[in-house]
Amino acid sequence: MAKVIVVTSGKGGVGKTTSTAAVGVALAQGGQKVAVVDFDVGLRNLDLVMGAERRVVYDFIDVIQGNAKLAQALIRDKRTDTLALLAASQTRDKDALTEEGVVRVIDELKENFDWILCDSPAGIERGATLAMRHADIAIVVANPEVSSVRDSDRMIGLLDSKTCKAEKGERIEKHLLLTRYDRVRAERGEMLRIDDVLEILSIPLLGIIPESQEVLRASNLGQPVIASNAMSAPAKAYRDAVRRLKGESVPMTIPSDRKGVFAKLFGQRAA
Amino acid sequence: MSLFSFFGRRTSAPVARERLQILLAHERAIIGQSDLISILREEILAGIAKHIRMDPDKIHVKMERGDTVSTLEVEVEIPTPRAQSATGAGLASLVAG
Repeated sequence: MAKVIVVTSGKGGVGKTTSTAAVGVALAQGGQKVAVVDFDVGLRNLDLVMGAERRVVYDFIDVIQGNAKLAQALIRDKRTDTLALLAASQTRDKDALTEEGVVRVIDELKENFDWILCDSPAGIERGATLAMRHADIAIVVANPEVSSVRDSDRMIGLLDSKTCKAEKGERIEKHLLLTRYDRVRAERGEMLRIDDVLEILSIPLLGIIPESQEVLRASNLGQPVIASNAMSAPAKAYRDAVRRLKGESVPMTIPSDRKGVFAKLFGQRAA
Repeated sequence: MSLFSFFGRRTSAPVARERLQILLAHERAIIGQSDLISILREEILAGIAKHIRMDPDKIHVKMERGDTVSTLEVEVEIPTPRAQSATGAGLASLVAG
């Protein structure tokens, strides 16, 4: 039975698209069939992060409006052949994303894939509410920072009231993915700690993605961070998060990129 | 313990945590309330619609929270049977403690 996951956050720029791409690749590397769907009509970026921007011919709205078949619009990933992307439209009005259209596309994707990852736009408007509407599982992406945590709290409230699952009286499975975490700064009291965020949001932790230069490098190259440098700290952290998502029990660690002597000394002294 | 806190400089993360806890306690209460209003609106509408034919847009529910007393105001416009084009209005309001 296919699972629909929404990757959401409320606030922009916290790592939804980066996380969607990374989780998508990690799931697909396990051999399962994965579709990643961009819901950010007018401001699409998942294609760019995945390095597929020049291969977009048809998009989500084309499929909804019947200009293209779903199979024509899906873009197969170059590196992982069980991974496919459905891009958002860059030129259409976001009202073209209709409730019935979204249901139709998701139902068709469910027949052909094991996992459907919906990359939500920022905010709480149509694109964001439709991205979460049919989800079985939500990955709430947050940074250890006040505005992001506040917005995540709001999204958790919406997940519990406005999704199909919630309306049927069922509980939607929610997980927190804490991104851009800096262990040293948290230990110095300069950044919210993991347990502070968990206590405030009170949803289970899926993973901690450390702040890393690898994320920008990966997006520069148009490669999901897992593919650009498989040994990097964020790649390890995303792979662990995905194993937890699949139900494995993986100890919660914060991988770190190898540091120079100076960074090591500095890190130890501050700890 | 970091060197900063050893020398007595106040760290900022505990402040962030405290501010969030206070803010979210408040916001969760308000958002719960706005859901209550829409539930009340739906149920009042359904109750009235059983007996009177009316326009679903002509019902307004408003709640004002005060320190000692809160008021719930329900305004329902009911068309008079003879003049359907004219908007004859019946007004019902109730005050809740």
